Amino acid sequence: MTHLQAGPYHQAGQYHYDEIDRRFLAERVEQFRRQVERRISGELTEAEFRPLRLMNGLYLQLHAYMLRVAVPYGVLSSAQLRQLAAIGRKYDRGYGHFTTRQNLQFNWIKLVDVPAILDDLAKVDMHAIQTSGNCIRNVTTDQFAGAAEDEVVDPRVYAEIMRQWSTLHPEFTFLPRKFKIAITGSPHDRAALAIHDVAVRARRLADGAVGFDIYVGGGLGRSPFLAKLLREGLPEADLLAYLEAVLRIYNQYGRRDNIYKARIKILVHEVGIDKLRQQIDAEFERIRGPKYRLESAIVDAIRAHFAPPPFEVLPDEVPSVVVAMTGDAAFARWVQTNVVRHRQPGYASVTISLKPAGGIPGDATSEQMEAVADLAERFSFGELRVSHEQNLVLAHVRRDALHALWTELGKHGLETANAGLIGDIIACPGLDYCALANARSIPLAQQISERFADPERQHLIGELKIKMSGCINACGHHHVGHIGVLGVDKHGVETYQITIGGSADEKAALGAVVGPAVGYDEVTDKIERLVAAYLDWRLEGERFIDTVARLGVKAFRERVYGPAA
Amino acid sequence: MARPAEGFAEGLRVITANRLDSGAVVWFGPGDSWAHRIAAATIFERAEEAEAALERAKAAAAAGVVVEPYLIEVVRGDDRVRPLRPRELIRSLGPSVRADLGIQAGQQQ
Ligand code: SF4
Repeated sequence: MTHLQAGPYHQAGQYHYDEIDRRFLAERVEQFRRQVERRISGELTEAEFRPLRLMNGLYLQLHAYMLRVAVPYGVLSSAQLRQLAAIGRKYDRGYGHFTTRQNLQFNWIKLVDVPAILDDLAKVDMHAIQTSGNCIRNVTTDQFAGAAEDEVVDPRVYAEIMRQWSTLHPEFTFLPRKFKIAITGSPHDRAALAIHDVAVRARRLADGAVGFDIYVGGGLGRSPFLAKLLREGLPEADLLAYLEAVLRIYNQYGRRDNIYKARIKILVHEVGIDKLRQQIDAEFERIRGPKYRLESAIVDAIRAHFAPPPFEVLPDEVPSVVVAMTGDAAFARWVQTNVVRHRQPGYASVTISLKPAGGIPGDATSEQMEAVADLAERFSFGELRVSHEQNLVLAHVRRDALHALWTELGKHGLETANAGLIGDIIACPGLDYCALANARSIPLAQQISERFADPERQHLIGELKIKMSGCINACGHHHVGHIGVLGVDKHGVETYQITIGGSADEKAALGAVVGPAVGYDEVTDKIERLVAAYLDWRLEGERFIDTVARLGVKAFRERVYGPAA
Repeated sequence: MARPAEGFAEGLRVITANRLDSGAVVWFGPGDSWAHRIAAATIFERAEEAEAALERAKAAAAAGVVVEPYLIEVVRGDDRVRPLRPRELIRSLGPSVRADLGIQAGQQQ
């Protein structure tokens, strides 16, 4: 997978492995099988084994081992999702958890089963490599890539190129800390670029050629920073040379003495973006040349994998959808929130919400995964995506099939009409599963989505993104939630810090603390009061985030906590 | 500190770890055994006792039975013992959001 290649062509919308990739994966599974055997036999100590298991995405969590499976830029085939469902049923407890990294985690894994699981993953060209450790992690992107109406460049092509470049890159296997890259090809940022170590905005340059704006140093956690613009209008051919230069400078100067200061965001902060740019540019000029040149023939060959599926020529307006919406308020609400326009007339992209009222955000049972795999085959060319907001997406659905799809989703509890609304909460596993957590996040998300379960009320409130993390590591992106909730441990008691005004899109912002931290039982009430204040104060067309921007955090603080807070 | 609920005694410790092969939560019990239920754990009232037992538990870790054993605070009342902190309470039962899974549901991983 380190050799940049076009690979064999099978089906539009997905990159397919060749024999070299498959042989490598098989060898890697065998290698880990022997490592597990040596660990069980006592030949390897935990200290020796731990880095080896982490290289294969295997963590030890509160109740069991957790296996994090890579879903490259969130794209899955139906066959792959079916295999994940089967693994969930055979080796886990019949479900999996989709994460903000567009990956899937299994929560109840036994160490002794992992080689067999990796074998099963390899059968569908999947693995768990680089889902942990101080390496370049899974590249993430827009869940509507290749379908979005506003897209100017298909980011999957370059996400795949970056995946191949970064996979097992010999120099970047032991970076100072983990490294996350995101890419979008649309002006509206659905990939949360600003919170990534490196973010790539693909666009058309003045001459019409593809080029990139590169951002660096975003990240959440204990010291949150939004990424800064590093390079504007980088030509396509230079993408890998430039990224190579960024990583080399980070590898050389990133701090290894303090885990809390090891991410590139701290280097940007301490050295300053201008000085860092000089160093990166100097390295870039030094290494720029045939070795790292991204040849257009390679790009074209990889682009062929992401050619549009065989769309039919259809009219854009579909009278049957309008009729169904008029006759069925629930369907109309779902179309309003979970269906977005597609670049191809007569088609739409559909978000399958994994956030039913009172449900666990991002969890899907094996039966649900199988149902979605079938529906993807029937309605969306056998391909689907995982969004960083922990939902699934069928990217290419005929508009005249929307009602049939919605009806089918309803049979599996997957028809919740809340994409982007208050019930569509991002929540990390928190203290219910995670060994690093300070507090629970899932049950709070459940409480909130239940409190606001009434679909009419949710629609009335409009776009409102709640994001929750069970500790400062911020896997739930709380800093960039319109409302963010962070769990902290206050003398052994679960306590929560609420922030407002954060945003993860092209107007990215970090939220500000709205008042003193509150106990577990108070969070939902506080959120309800924030929402009530917004509904009282909002002007025509204003979303929650707009009202916060107009009136400021103080107004909300006084309303929710009283003037003395 | 989180205070013990009324009727629970303070200053007690048990040893916990995860099994190496399955990852299951286990508790250090009589005869240096590892049990799936905290009810079977040996409760240490004195720090020296607890530390000495932890050394034996670490030997079990070195032998590849469990991973990273450590001491936690528990509280005892009536006939029950439970961890003081939420993290360990959740480990002793299973996820609070899935009563159908984990020790609380009779599953031993
Ligand atoms: S934010 Fe903290 S609690 Fe939540 S998954 Fe990440 S490390 Fe675990």
